[in-house]
Amino acid sequence: MAPDDDGAAMDHDQESAEPAVSAGLRATLLAGPPVNDSDAEVATGAALARADAEGLVEVAVGSVDSPIGALRLAATTAGLVRIGFPRDEDRFADELARDLSPRVVRLAARIDPIRRQLDEYFAGRRRHFDLEVDWALVRGFRRRTLQLLAAEVAYGRTVSYLELATAVGSPRATRAVGTAMAVNPVPVVVPCHRVLRTGGGLGGYAGGLDTKRWLLAFEGRPASD
Amino acid sequence: MATAPELPFQVVLDDHGPGLYRHLVGVLGPHDGADCYQEAVVAALRAWPPRHDGNLRAWLFTIAHRKVIDAARARSRRPVPVAELPAAATEMVAVGGDGGDLWAAVRRLPAKQRVAVALRHGEDWAYPDIAAALGCSEAAARQSVKAGLDRLRQEGWS
Repeated sequence: MAPDDDGAAMDHDQESAEPAVSAGLRATLLAGPPVNDSDAEVATGAALARADAEGLVEVAVGSVDSPIGALRLAATTAGLVRIGFPRDEDRFADELARDLSPRVVRLAARIDPIRRQLDEYFAGRRRHFDLEVDWALVRGFRRRTLQLLAAEVAYGRTVSYLELATAVGSPRATRAVGTAMAVNPVPVVVPCHRVLRTGGGLGGYAGGLDTKRWLLAFEGRPASD
Repeated sequence: MATAPELPFQVVLDDHGPGLYRHLVGVLGPHDGADCYQEAVVAALRAWPPRHDGNLRAWLFTIAHRKVIDAARARSRRPVPVAELPAAATEMVAVGGDGGDLWAAVRRLPAKQRVAVALRHGEDWAYPDIAAALGCSEAAARQSVKAGLDRLRQEGWS
């Protein structure tokens, strides 16, 4: 039997007192064993790859640098579920945990294909995204409107809120179309920056009007205001 | 900041992963420690989120602890390599010495003493948390720390 019993008869002082330890021994213990931070990162990556193989990674997150700032990316096993602008950074992971699942971790294997296509887009080498989108964060009319936008309004083209409302079968719902664009969970990939006011006015954009203006100019369609 | 049931698991990894890894390397060595860390992270993600808010570091280490004891017992059944046998006691002084050698001495302690010493003095845990992680009383946790420190002193660590 290994001598790891709790110990038998102890008087009261022994039970409540801190066992004596020299300052030197305590300092050496507190410094911990020699460990490289990179070893911990490698072990974490290996653990999360195993967890993903067991279906435990419900939301993978990562980021990609771009001319409009660092974009945060999130994907479920069903596909790309959320893209966040730099202004969303502080609440990005918390909102995914609240709205989808708290099993949110960084997992490059699932994010890298998305990152590559965005890199290609911003390098001017891609005009159409070939990515599965998980629409879990948006429902009903808003989801249908965004899906129609993604299918119909190609790179370098624009559409008005009224035209999009008409196309989705509700020509009087321009305000609801505007709301659908505002809650687009995957901007850039689902191109709500291509939706303008009748006459060409910018309208709104969740990433800020400067970002919308930049994307339109990048695609060769400068806005009129 | 979100409360535990809605907290992204990545936050737990960012806040407590490196500390858990260091602790496990300390009590199990680099190879077994890394294996145990991976198992603990997978088990913690499977169990996430915990039912109650609370000390997430203690929650994570407690998940790891069962695996520490299992790994330590498996290791104790294997022959001890000659290189890990204690050197002459007179040559071992913790102050200014190599922390790696001290941790090798810690790893020769029985599993419970080893974890208790590592949590109390390597991680600066309070006794109620150590007792919870070990599944014993606070008095028993103190006794395990005392027994472990006594053993280290017998081996010449001061």
